[in-house]
Amino acid sequence: MNGRRTIATTVRVLTQVRHDPRTIALLLLVPSLLIGLMSWIFSGTSVFEVVGPALLGLFPFTVMFLITSITTLRERRGGTLERLMTMPMGRADFILGYALAFGLIAVVQALIAVGYAVWVCGLTVAGDPWLLVLVAVVNALLGTTLGLFVSAFARTEFQVVQFMPALVFPQILLGGIFIPRDRMPDVLRIISDWLPLSHSIAALQKVAADANSTSEVLGELAIVGWFALAFVVLASITLRRQTR
Amino acid sequence: MTSSDAAIETTTLRVRRGGVEVLHGVELRVPPGQLVGLLGPSGSGKSTLMRAIVGAQRIDGGEVRVLGERAGSPALRRRVGYVTQAPSVYDDLTVAQNLAYFARILGAPRSDVARVLDEVDLAPLAGRLVSRLSGGQLTRVSLGIALLGSPRLLVLDEPTVGLDPVLRRDLWRLFARLAASGVSLLVSSHVMDEARRCDRIVLLYQGSVLADLTPEELLRSTGTTDADDAFLALVAGAGR
Repeated sequence: MNGRRTIATTVRVLTQVRHDPRTIALLLLVPSLLIGLMSWIFSGTSVFEVVGPALLGLFPFTVMFLITSITTLRERRGGTLERLMTMPMGRADFILGYALAFGLIAVVQALIAVGYAVWVCGLTVAGDPWLLVLVAVVNALLGTTLGLFVSAFARTEFQVVQFMPALVFPQILLGGIFIPRDRMPDVLRIISDWLPLSHSIAALQKVAADANSTSEVLGELAIVGWFALAFVVLASITLRRQTR
Repeated sequence: MTSSDAAIETTTLRVRRGGVEVLHGVELRVPPGQLVGLLGPSGSGKSTLMRAIVGAQRIDGGEVRVLGERAGSPALRRRVGYVTQAPSVYDDLTVAQNLAYFARILGAPRSDVARVLDEVDLAPLAGRLVSRLSGGQLTRVSLGIALLGSPRLLVLDEPTVGLDPVLRRDLWRLFARLAASGVSLLVSSHVMDEARRCDRIVLLYQGSVLADLTPEELLRSTGTTDADDAFLALVAGAGR
């Protein structure tokens, strides 16, 4: 691992994003627009208080998963990854460079989304709103690392996009947004225990509902962090210097 | 000269891809400071051989030694410049940003970007997005990246394909200039006519080396006057 190469990769990825203002606008504004829509749909009910916090975790995860899987697929298909692998580029430099770049974008995205949810939509947060930002950023890193890994199993952008309903939707369905996880059938509850998004949604709901939940929240977040780390290891295995 | 002086030396190199052997015991030698053309029709195994030399291709037999080291060893990653057939550049960055990124990865001096821009004649286009370049300009960006850090060996996979005659001539002059400065080059092409611009020619046909000689020897030994005819004569000879 090498700081110069990691930072160079982060700067390079951010420069690529900077040349694409439309993507920046979509990244930063769409989550807030959807949160606003949710709060409008459920105005006059208490549903938004339950679903709102979970949304703050879903967006960074889903969006960063898509962006990372497509950009790294392009690197694999376009030859730039092969070129980097013939250079003194560490696999960790590559992965960390990406994680840092998309992590930074996620910080900005989360600040806007949390600010909008709390100040404009009136989401009541019993705990520390900064914890919401933290969970959102960890979720973004989860999406980035999963995207890096999954891009190895797709040959085209069409296939990558299809991984979203396959890998992301079940986690949303089982994550405890639609029905609390302890009221699910046993088998589904056990499965949901093993899905990272369940734990980030739990963390977000605890921040929103309970002012004294910080240690529990960090506990859930640590589980999400372990998943992200596991995806990093799996992703680095798929970055091969030599292929058949 | 002992064999360990060679810039590239492969011995009985075998590579299988998708269950089929594509290189059958290739013996290739690139002497230092020479411009060696790797010629052969499409599908003859040129790209696979080049990928094995830069360490991107797993090999199934034999040995590949590059600048005295085993191919793909970490020490070579700064000393070998490689250009794949597809221009491996980021099309949503400018020319200068592409070069600056790869220069950082290589740990090359900052001044290298300006030097390389001049060498591939792209200085006026430094600030242009790669997605807005022509095919020839794109090839030169890719080549420029390979020149960063002044590598001792360049492995260039069909760098002149699809380019206009003027640009092709300019690139071959650049290659000759680099060879004169002590850089070893292995340049592949399926345009036989480019053979006469090389110090030596290696003809690869169906995964085996058919001939390894100078351009003059090629024409003399086959009794022909142009490289296409010479190649056809050699292939006919091999079939017998």
